[in-house]
Amino acid sequence: MLRTRLPTLPPGGRSRIALGLTAAAAQGRFELQQCADCGKVQYPPREACENCLSIHMKWRQQSEEGELLSETTLHHSNDLFFRERLPWRLGLVRLECGPSVVAHLHGDVPRAPARVRIAARLDRAGQAVLVAFPPEETPNMADDRRLREFTCDPKFRKVLVTDAKTPLGQQLVKAFVEAKAEIVWAGHAEPWKKFPGFDELGRLPQVTLLPLDLTDSRSVREAAAQVGGKVDILVNSAEHHRGFGIANRSGVETARAEMDVNYFGLLRLAQEFGPAMRSRGADGTASAVAWVNLLSVYALASFPPHGTFSASKAAAHSLAQCLRAEMRPAGVRVVNVFPGPIDDEWNQLLLPPKVAPEALARAILGALKDGIEDVYPGDVAQEWLERWRDNPKALERELSA
Amino acid sequence: MSALARLVSGLASGNIEVIDLTQTLSPDFPAISLPPEMGQAWPFRIEEISRYDERGPAWYWNNFSCGEHSGTHFDAPIHWVSGKDLPRNAVDTIPAAHFVGPAFVLDCSKESKKDADFLLTADWIRSWEKKHGRIAPRSWVLMRTDWSKRADPAAFQNYDETGQHTPGPDVGAVRFLVEERDIAGFGTESIGTDAGQAYHLRPPYPCHSLMHGSGRYGLQCLANLDRLPPTGAVILAAPLKIQQGSGSPLRVLALVEKR
Repeated sequence: MLRTRLPTLPPGGRSRIALGLTAAAAQGRFELQQCADCGKVQYPPREACENCLSIHMKWRQQSEEGELLSETTLHHSNDLFFRERLPWRLGLVRLECGPSVVAHLHGDVPRAPARVRIAARLDRAGQAVLVAFPPEETPNMADDRRLREFTCDPKFRKVLVTDAKTPLGQQLVKAFVEAKAEIVWAGHAEPWKKFPGFDELGRLPQVTLLPLDLTDSRSVREAAAQVGGKVDILVNSAEHHRGFGIANRSGVETARAEMDVNYFGLLRLAQEFGPAMRSRGADGTASAVAWVNLLSVYALASFPPHGTFSASKAAAHSLAQCLRAEMRPAGVRVVNVFPGPIDDEWNQLLLPPKVAPEALARAILGALKDGIEDVYPGDVAQEWLERWRDNPKALERELSA
Repeated sequence: MSALARLVSGLASGNIEVIDLTQTLSPDFPAISLPPEMGQAWPFRIEEISRYDERGPAWYWNNFSCGEHSGTHFDAPIHWVSGKDLPRNAVDTIPAAHFVGPAFVLDCSKESKKDADFLLTADWIRSWEKKHGRIAPRSWVLMRTDWSKRADPAAFQNYDETGQHTPGPDVGAVRFLVEERDIAGFGTESIGTDAGQAYHLRPPYPCHSLMHGSGRYGLQCLANLDRLPPTGAVILAAPLKIQQGSGSPLRVLALVEKR
């Protein structure tokens, strides 16, 4: 092969109704349309119930159980994405909840007829498709060639953790090493500030320390010049967090520092690392696949005691959506992580539950392996998300009490 | 021949040398850092506006940002609470004549090499004067430690779990220089005019508290002090004219006559 192939995408067009499947899959849920009047579950998604013509169709979580009825293997396709990945196995699966669906088949799914577990996964175009898995775990299941088209598994890949000094950063580096990443670059700013445990981390054979200060454009540019052409997964774990609203801190300096790291830091990273990652969306079996942003559930609705931090995370969330749109043509997934309060020194006075850095790192690795796009780790984040979905205005009122 | 004409011809002949005592302003140069719960000075940062490109085809320029106390910088009396009510205590109101003056260079490099927490004492200065002569009123006293030669930012900051470890004057030395020698200001190579552990002194940060409290100035992050003679150099140290500024980065130059 003479050159790195340009990234191609599977067909990405979806109707607004069909995007319901994607919206659920982006958060790791398998939801199908269900009629609120007659209870019929239907697929593919449509405007009305195929049974009673009701228009009250709701997206509801469904059983993942199903039976593979028949299968076929594609040896030819005029679609560029599949043409480059032939042969490709597809099957017809009858779901326990009712409908029969066409699904991509994991390599370890036995010949039909066979029990399978079905899941909605985001493909490289960022759209949900149905994938059938064997009913039980098989050895090295994540290494399946077709499955890796849907996931961002760090195994064999090269990872950059932008701030590896903090407790979360250190846990992330360890988790990526355990997940068999080939190289983990551990970004660190302000070399004169010592963090316990960081020096030991740098002695792991897979880990390379990388000077990187997100507030310094030149530093970001130099880091990108050094490793930008090799990063397959970028995890932006850097954040600046102070617990202030508007009235209990005079001046703008603290808020500006939060924006400088949380918002402008992401912008600097995206400008310097984005182009090379976009060009490597199809670079062999270990291509550029994912960009992870550490946001906060406060990005959805302001937590007034940490109001300026919330605002910076809301800004970062908006920018991350822009980044997602710009990375999608290359098949690079932007994963946004919205934790509740992290159990660190800046949340000292908040009552539990708080997300332990180790659990947060686990959730991020899990999202990469399962191909999830929006992650809400921890009880607080889950609960806020439910309240926000149900009624954003009510949540705003509750948080201001 | 007038004094200035002699100065000009000395500069032209190279008999008077101009030595740059300034560190380069760059994002890599260590920034002063306070405990994280306090307000923080901006570190020096630079962003390109255009560089002969689509943003400005024929010109190159940058925006830079930094705190008043960044890189090689000047401290005005208003910087410290003890100097807040003094007249002409900010960089824009200090008389311009105060920015030019003789320098006395105390070589503490051996002591500082042995002990990063070295404290300069009044006795040390008195014995220096026996060799080099009495420090003149309204002059700069510069403490040479060779700290500016520490190129590694971590070694320059020199933090450990007990805080920063850099040399500086003790309370007695500051009192002696202010009360008995009437100096214009005190300059160091490290990130503060006070020692890294000076918050343990009584009063804490004597060089800030007493020096600024009596209307004297500070210079920090100086370089090339090893190229100055113990006496005889003249310092040009004019800060930016920031309204009510507590200090500013500046270019510090020394004029040195060859012997």
